[in-house]
Order: sequence, then structure tokens, then C-alpha cells
Amino acid sequence: MNTSVAEKLEGHNSAGELLLQASAISYRRHGKNILDNISLDIREREIITLIGPNGAGKTSLVRILLGLARAGSGKITRHKKLRIGYVPQRIHIPDVMPLRVLDFLNVSGNYSEDECRQILAEVSCDYLLSAPMQTVSGGEMQRVLLARALLKQPQLLVLDEPASGMDVVGQQALYETLREIRDKKGCGILLVSHDLHLVMAATDRVICLNTHVCCTGRPDDVTANPEYLKLFGHAIDGLALYEHHHDHEHDLHGNIIASEHCIHCEHNEGRPDKDVDKRSDSTSPDRGGQ
Amino acid sequence: MLSLFSDSFVLYALAAGLALALVAGPLGSVVVWRRMAYFGDTLAHAALLGVALAIAAEQLPMLGVGLIGIIIAVLLFLLEKQKSLSSDTLLGILSHTALALGLIVFASIQARGFNISLMAYLFGDLLAVTPRDLVLMFASVVVILAVFSRIMNALISISINEDLARVDGVAVETVRFVFMILLALVVAVALKVVGVLLITALLIIPAATARLYARSPKQMVLLSAIVASLAVVLGLLASLQWDWPTGPAIVVAAAGLFFVSRLLFARVVAGGG
Repeated sequence: MNTSVAEKLEGHNSAGELLLQASAISYRRHGKNILDNISLDIREREIITLIGPNGAGKTSLVRILLGLARAGSGKITRHKKLRIGYVPQRIHIPDVMPLRVLDFLNVSGNYSEDECRQILAEVSCDYLLSAPMQTVSGGEMQRVLLARALLKQPQLLVLDEPASGMDVVGQQALYETLREIRDKKGCGILLVSHDLHLVMAATDRVICLNTHVCCTGRPDDVTANPEYLKLFGHAIDGLALYEHHHDHEHDLHGNIIASEHCIHCEHNEGRPDKDVDKRSDSTSPDRGGQ
Repeated sequence: MLSLFSDSFVLYALAAGLALALVAGPLGSVVVWRRMAYFGDTLAHAALLGVALAIAAEQLPMLGVGLIGIIIAVLLFLLEKQKSLSSDTLLGILSHTALALGLIVFASIQARGFNISLMAYLFGDLLAVTPRDLVLMFASVVVILAVFSRIMNALISISINEDLARVDGVAVETVRFVFMILLALVVAVALKVVGVLLITALLIIPAATARLYARSPKQMVLLSAIVASLAVVLGLLASLQWDWPTGPAIVVAAAGLFFVSRLLFARVVAGGG
């Protein structure tokens, strides 16, 4: 984990106050290693994107950071009275519960209708104010969830795959909103992304997770990739490519083996549904040296 | 017909029924949101054991029902933490164990020469409510409503999404547990009114009816209480008019209100579309 320590020191946002620190988090479930020795810091005004293949432990890590699950070992230190705004991937409102967007925003606080309308306007959804939650579409739901999180004036925003099920244009709009929020409110943002290659351009640090931290760093400048620009045109404005720099590879069983080509990363093969790394059930413990 | 209400036993019955409606409606809304109908049934089955034990100990049946209900709530809460069995399986185990035990205790009481009617406890005996019952019922109702109004926002929050509630600082486990205890008390209040077999009906049906009219969770909670009260009044009237058993009459009235509302709404939807 030398790299993460180095990241901590050189991170250009290190001026921002430390909001949350996880050190050496490990987590096992049903005898399977889900997370192994994860350390990370989140600071004010910092945008961190967490990526990794399915089953990499992204959701588990987020749940542990949020305090929704308990780590097997390791330590989580939160800023005093840290206000966290959480945007889950999706929520299901039972039909039997009458709930307008207005009521949903007011569930954990007592905000006036004006405050609610204003916060919805910030995420471009003020027209939804008195719509029943059951009628809100997937993309709108993400924004309503975001608005609800923002009402608390959070110091840290945590979003679990907010862009899943969105097209590139929708993603870009969402990322643009998030960047504005960061700039205006100065909160830290932790973003889980299902996409291994396209991440939010404003991301300060990408963490690639696959049970352990595979690699971490700043996303590459999009302009360096004319091919992608050609492909997506201006829709890519809010997106950047992240190039993986692993110092190791995984074998068929997910075990870590030293890599001859530092740049090469098998996650890059573009077959996420067949990704061999998912089958890391027989991960061996002898990885300390990596 | 109004002259009927000048009889004191009718007034007692009305007061007892309204006391139940005031708590069954609002708590029923949460039961419906959180799909806890089976938990209500389990409490109801266990109530029979509470009645039997109370009679054996020569105490008020309502006390026995409240106590057994609380024990069931605690057991379920502890067992759910194990997470090895789903909660409906656990409820099935608790529910039928308690029912079987209740029937055994009942049989042994009868063998000891007590002459008690199981029917009165299965279907309620509203017209036999005494002032002492009323005092106990209203005291329970005041306590239930006081606690419920304090945790209502948290209950709405955990009914929407427990993770979000937890991140917002809601003590999810505590709120869930307190609500289970409140439900156990509601079942105790309901014993004399509709009896153990029909308790769940008065939790679910008024809430389901209120859902049709309500636009927000709090509206649904309030409307449920109103619909339940209406069902109590209508059921009592029907019971006095046609000599129906009171508990079932109240449940039938609640069901009538539900189906009439459904029809009304079906017509509104059809007309609007």
C-alpha cells in the first residue's frame, strides 16, 4: 500500500480538511475476502472515484465508510460530527406508501416548501416537487436522491453508481451538477462508478479496487485521447479516461502475480461480463509484498 | 336507533372501539408500509396464550396479552439478529408455538373447572366492556400515541429505506423494536373489541382504505384513524341493529368502506382516463 501513502502526501487537495480516514480495512463474508487492507483518505473539496469490476468490493467498502456495515479489521476515523449525504444506487418506494417528492425530501428534517423547491432547482428537477415518488423516472430519481442528500448541507457526499443506467449525455449532465456542487459547497465527494474507463473529469483521484487497491491516481487528460474524442464528441466534456497502472496482475483465480508490463492491466480487456477477476474466491493470502 | 346509545354498555362499547381505532389506524399504516401483517398475526396468535395464562393467574386477560406480546416482540427482535432464518420463517415458528401452547393452557384451565368461553376471546366481546377495561385501554392508548408521535418520522424514514435512515442518524434497530412493542400493546387493547382472530384486520383494512385518499404518509396515518373510527361506529350500529357479533361487524364495516372506496376510485380513474 505504499502508493496510497504517497498519494496522500502529494494529493493537491491536501489543504482541505480531512473528512474521513480509513486505515487497513479488511472485510470477509462467508469465508471470502471482500476487502483486504484498504486505506484511503477523503478530504474537503476532493472528488474521489472508486472503480472496479463487479464483485470487487466497492459497495462493501462504501457501506463500511458510511457506517452501514462493520469492517472485520481496520479503523475508520470520521471528522467530528461529519454530515454525510448518501445517494444510494436506487431505492424502491412501496406503492402502498403515498409519498410525494416533497415528503421524501422532508423525511429526516423539517424543511420549508421553498427550501425543497430551491434544492430541487439546483439539480434541475423543481418540476417534480409534488409528484408522487412512484412516478419519478430512474434518472430523475438519482437527482431527487441527490437533492435529499444536499438538503443536509453535507460535508461529504457519497454516491453509489449514480450513472448506472444513464447514457453518456446523462452522465455528463450529472457529473457537471456534481462538479458545480463541489465548487459551490466545497464538500468532498466519493463516487462509485461501474465504468472502468470513463470517469468524471473533475475527479481528483481514482481508486481502482479489486478486493485490494489495485492502483490509484489522477485520471488522464481526455485531450490525450483523440480517438475517444472522435467517438463521443462534446458529450465527453464531463468525462475523462482513467489509465490503469497496476504493478501486478491477477491469474485466473484472482491471485496476484507480478506484472512484467506495468501498464498492462487485465481489467482493460473490455470484457467486464467475463472478467476473470470476479472469480477471486480462492484468493490466497500471500500478497503482502504487493 | 340513537336511543340505543343511551345505554351505558353501548357507550362503553363505543368508547372502547374508538380507543382501538385511534391506535390501530395509525400503527396499521406503518404495518402496511413495512409489510408487517404477519407479525400482527403472530401477536394475535400469541395473544391466546396471554389470555390463557392471565386467566390461570387470575389476572386481567389484557395484561397477559400485553405481556406475551412484548415477549414475542423481544424474541423476534433477538432471533432476527441471527440472520440465519428469514423473518417470516421465524414468525411462523413463534406464531404457531404460541398458539399451540395457548390451546394447551386453555385445555388445562378448563380441566381445572374454569368455565370460560374461547369464543369471547377469539372474536371479542365489545358489549361486555367494563369501566375498568376502559381505563386500562385509554391509558394504553395515551402511552401508545405519545410514543408513536415521537417516532413517527423515524418510522416513515425506515419504511422508505433503512440505509438512508441510518445514514441520516436514525437509530433503526431501536425504532423497529419500539414499534414492535407498541404493536403488542395495540393487540392488548384490541382483545375485547375485535378479539385475537380479527386484530390484524383492523390494522390493515383502514390503512389500505386511507391509502386511496392520502397524498402523504402523515395524511395516511391521520385518515387511517378516521376510517377505523368510522368502521367502529358503523360496525357497532350494525351489531345492535341486526344482532351481529360486534367484532366481526366492525371488521365487515371496515371491509365495506375499503371496497366502496376502491369502486369510487376505479370510477374516478376510468372517468379521468
